[in-house]
Amino acid sequence: MIENKPENLSTTNRQPSTRKYLKLSGLEPMIVSAETNFINVGERTNVAGSRKFLRLVKEEKFDEALDIARHQVEGGAQVIDINMDDGLIDGKEAMVRFLNLIMAEPDIARVPIMIDSSKWEIIEAGLQVVQGKCVVNSISLKEGEEEFVRHAKAIKRYGAAVIVMAFDEVGQADNYERRIEISKRSYDVLVNQVNFPPEDIIFDLNIFPVATGMEEHRKNAVDFIEATRWVRENLPHCSVSGGVSNVSFSFRGNNIVREAMHSVFLFHAIKAGMNMGIVNPAMLEVYDDIPKDLLEYVEDVILDRRDDATERLLDFAETVKGVKKEQTVDLSWREEPLQNRITRALVKGIDQYVVEDIEEARQSVDKPIEVIEGHLMTGMNVVGDLFGSGKMFLPQVVKSARVMKKAVAYLLPFIEEEKKKNPEAAQGNGSAGKVLMATVKGDVHDIGKNIVSVVLGCNNYEIVDLGVMVPPEKIIQTAMDEQVDIIGLSGLITPSLDEMVYLAKEMERKNFNIPLLIGGATTSKAHTAVKIDPQYKNAVVHVNDASRAVTVVGDLLNKRSNQKYVGDLKEDYERFREGFLKRTKQKEYLTLNEARKNKYAIDWSNSEIIKPNQLGIQIIEDFDIKKLEPYIDWTPFFRSWDLHGKYPAILTDEVVGEQATSLFSDAQKLLQKVFDEKLLGAKAIYGLFEANTIHDDDIEVSSENGNFTFRTLRQQLKKHAGKPNFALSDFIAPKESAIQDYMGCFCVTTGFGTAALAKKFEADHDDYNSIMIKALADRLAEAFAEYLHEKVRKDDWGYANNEVLSNEELIKEAYKGIRPAPGYPACPDHLEKITIWELLNVKEKIGVELTESLAMWPAASVSGYYFGNPEARYFGLGKIKEDQVKDFAERKNIDFESAKKWLNPNLQD
Amino acid sequence: MKDIQKILEERILVLDGAMGTMLQRHKFTEEDFRGERFKDWPVPLQGNNDLLSITQPEAIKEVHRLYFEAGADIVETNTFSGTTIAMADYEMENLVYELNYQSAKIAKEVADELTVKEPHKPRFVAGSIGPTNRTASMSPDVNDPGYRAITFDELRIAYKQQVEALIDGGADILLVETIFDTLNAKAALFAIEEVKDERNVDVPIMVSGTITDASGRTLSGQTAEAFLISISHIPMLSVGFNCALGASQLTPHLEVLSQKADFSVSAHPNAGLPNAFGEYDETPEQMAEQIKEYMEKSLVNIVGGCCGTTPEHIKAIADLAKNYKPRKLTVESC
Repeated sequence: MIENKPENLSTTNRQPSTRKYLKLSGLEPMIVSAETNFINVGERTNVAGSRKFLRLVKEEKFDEALDIARHQVEGGAQVIDINMDDGLIDGKEAMVRFLNLIMAEPDIARVPIMIDSSKWEIIEAGLQVVQGKCVVNSISLKEGEEEFVRHAKAIKRYGAAVIVMAFDEVGQADNYERRIEISKRSYDVLVNQVNFPPEDIIFDLNIFPVATGMEEHRKNAVDFIEATRWVRENLPHCSVSGGVSNVSFSFRGNNIVREAMHSVFLFHAIKAGMNMGIVNPAMLEVYDDIPKDLLEYVEDVILDRRDDATERLLDFAETVKGVKKEQTVDLSWREEPLQNRITRALVKGIDQYVVEDIEEARQSVDKPIEVIEGHLMTGMNVVGDLFGSGKMFLPQVVKSARVMKKAVAYLLPFIEEEKKKNPEAAQGNGSAGKVLMATVKGDVHDIGKNIVSVVLGCNNYEIVDLGVMVPPEKIIQTAMDEQVDIIGLSGLITPSLDEMVYLAKEMERKNFNIPLLIGGATTSKAHTAVKIDPQYKNAVVHVNDASRAVTVVGDLLNKRSNQKYVGDLKEDYERFREGFLKRTKQKEYLTLNEARKNKYAIDWSNSEIIKPNQLGIQIIEDFDIKKLEPYIDWTPFFRSWDLHGKYPAILTDEVVGEQATSLFSDAQKLLQKVFDEKLLGAKAIYGLFEANTIHDDDIEVSSENGNFTFRTLRQQLKKHAGKPNFALSDFIAPKESAIQDYMGCFCVTTGFGTAALAKKFEADHDDYNSIMIKALADRLAEAFAEYLHEKVRKDDWGYANNEVLSNEELIKEAYKGIRPAPGYPACPDHLEKITIWELLNVKEKIGVELTESLAMWPAASVSGYYFGNPEARYFGLGKIKEDQVKDFAERKNIDFESAKKWLNPNLQD
Repeated sequence: MKDIQKILEERILVLDGAMGTMLQRHKFTEEDFRGERFKDWPVPLQGNNDLLSITQPEAIKEVHRLYFEAGADIVETNTFSGTTIAMADYEMENLVYELNYQSAKIAKEVADELTVKEPHKPRFVAGSIGPTNRTASMSPDVNDPGYRAITFDELRIAYKQQVEALIDGGADILLVETIFDTLNAKAALFAIEEVKDERNVDVPIMVSGTITDASGRTLSGQTAEAFLISISHIPMLSVGFNCALGASQLTPHLEVLSQKADFSVSAHPNAGLPNAFGEYDETPEQMAEQIKEYMEKSLVNIVGGCCGTTPEHIKAIADLAKNYKPRKLTVESC
């Protein structure tokens, strides 16, 4: 028994150390040392702080709620505060559920969690589900010492740090003396009585508003700052935190003043020792950039330096109210030294003066190439660092590239000249490596590929861009001729996946030994690991965002360490593959016959079927695309630029808001130009037909061009009891019911003219607008599909002639009936596009073509079906079994192998 | 007998090797596992190694003895699965107290035997507390990432029973090991603190996590340092890693602990990685050669073996350990 010889066994060998730092952890460590900068706590995942988050939690939309958390982390929050205190939510359950979901998201769970609640039971429930070291927010002496001690002991045993509010039995500390009194008392109880590690104590010393007009609020800021100083000097090892936006509360609506107040307050509070807090980065001015007069007025208020400080700031505030900062163009940077100017032009994306500056640089060096290797690379390295550390966003980098390209274009003739004069010396190539980029055969989508090209180009890689629909022979041949160091393949539609597999096999056969990058909307790490990687001996890496591409390519081409890196990658993919193959085995599938028995059964005798007002095919030409403006769903537009968030909230988002606003304004400019000058051609063809389901999964359609049959695919994953196995054919009355039903199909495009415009921009070294026009054309095509669907519902079919929906509701698909598109989750088989093309005569009538992989050309096109039944809904097919492929091949009268090839991405492994 | 902390300052302590590998040599049958007492037990018992402490105590004692004689300072009790959660497979939840108590008792008997023989080298018993077969911060259902098959409180209660029995049976140390999921370990540590508090006793705690693969993370996704920070609120004798990897694969992660931990550092790796048949075939010499690096770099204070290791491996390690000084415990903050 242990009691017999405790003298033998001291419990611990913890060494006393002089400096103790607050250490927290998620999946990764976070240490708040003297050297760390101010720790920013993200608080958008707080139902009290974010109405949106509250709504999402109330509606149990936890996926979207997770996006908010992810966004915070991506935006640089080093800790995320989670609060579920709301009268209408079961806070404990919501806290546990949300934290459990976060733990399954490694990109969120990497940071520590701050569990925020005024209810102890919620805090404790939170502490029981997080493996890392959290922060509890908060406890205080408000309910007395006994409860304070009890909670502190429990927190210590759960292994969390704690925020202590400056609050006691009497009330909240609102002056310097009370702040000191309460923090000293709290600290002594915690350290001496509870034995709480002092480095795990964080004081929230209450930030209150200043300049309220009330005499007693004058010292609110300066008292906080001075109390912070006292706490950091007298209570060893602890931290100080607070919510900064409170301080400027009385200037709501005047962001210029508020931003300056936050900066000034933080400047002084951080100097005094505040090392953690909740700050909205979008509401912060750079201290050095605050105009001198405003700075003086604000400092007078924050530091309480004059009796009339508040009046003076109020007066001044009136003069800057509503003035937009952007309108005052500050040109003082033009006075700075040359390198600063070039760097600034690159960082800010200003191309106005670049030729002038580059000429000056050229005259200062011996050889023109030195301007690229020197001045421009110095500037681009700054861009790379800012982007890498999350301080610049993708659209800004693309703008930087535009400036870079202009500069290089200006220098090229001089470099050529130099080469002629001095042929031997000109061999020096400053490129970090050569990257071949291509969208594979049959696929026309290149926005993502172009962004990656531009970003790599910015990082000094030489890009050989073969464009879209590139046949594999050409990729292989060019790679050999140009001796590239890496090949990057992109694709958006599912048949492109097979092209990539084929290319990997070819590279192996030709004994290539360079890495292969895989990207594009349809690609995934799973597909890359399971299907592509085993085909090729060198590295095959799935890279789906531009910022990662730079580090991956850097690691792949680093001569010193790339062998190990490639080895690690191969191993990682192999492990992933094994894990993936193991996992897929666990799912259960039904046979096609069983799945058919479990179809979604509509009660046809009582179902509401409406005969279309207008049967047959119709064409819209010379459509005025300006009408589409209200139908645009902007959210995916921002996503294509790697800015994540919902429109319009993204425009005011604290992390990417500024960038999103600027991108949006550039998009608007180009869009208006497109409208005014009619730069894009829009056409549509659509038809409504008599239709009935035959043999469970097929839909027979009769039209003026004859009879056609659409083959649909049925879900085969075994469902919970009561959940059907859907196929689109379930939404059309079967022939044997003897009820005449209807369906439609369509194709819209806004892509005519896009390629020419993009080329023009590219010729002008303007990748930014080249990508922009393609992204806009895509949005317009989607908007056109939305517009047309509405018209069909209200007029041509007319089953929803009373429908009134806002754009937001349209985007949420709140309407009756669906318009699924071949190649998308409900009907991932692209082959049915051929039937649509034949049925509507799409190519002949409006000129939209299908590539060999059945992508639409122009790319900004949308095609699909119309189903009008009120019970019709979107679903994802998921994986299917070989028996369905066989059945599908027989129904379609094609051979099994080619059916398998087209359905491969959905085939269960 | 000297304080284990004092001994740790003087030399590297040696932990034992695998129990399972040794028991496999006996090729125990279902009948052997059952013994007389459980001959009518309703479910199959073969494979329930912890039960052998009751039905084949001499075999267990023999393994402990072989490891001590090979040079181990500490042996682990045969209680890796000794919780109601892990024993549910055998419907033996009600036997958990007895299993742990007996296992600790027989290990302690062998330890005392050897300590009497060699008073200059006192032998210790560490009560082994395994991870259970459930994880508190991961979902077993890929379609429902928010689902959990076990709660913190369920784990805490189960661990508490095990801890009480191990202490009653005579364990000198508690070893929370093979930690896949840090939250499980936190529940075990919470339970230990509760027992210490309620009984007003003190007992040294060793904590040993598992880095599952070359990603350098635990199964629940934490880096070595994040893992260390997450459990550092409990006063510990040592922190370390065991299982899943061979000795050399573990080195970079031990370096992290060695730099950052202000506790002793332990390691008990596997005898390499399993071969195609799931067997560990690294020889004692091969393993010792890799462990030499730990000692040359002064990374560890306690070292032993996990899956696939035998008394021969432990002897090779113990012979090596004599020639090296232990890692110093002065750690720079941060």
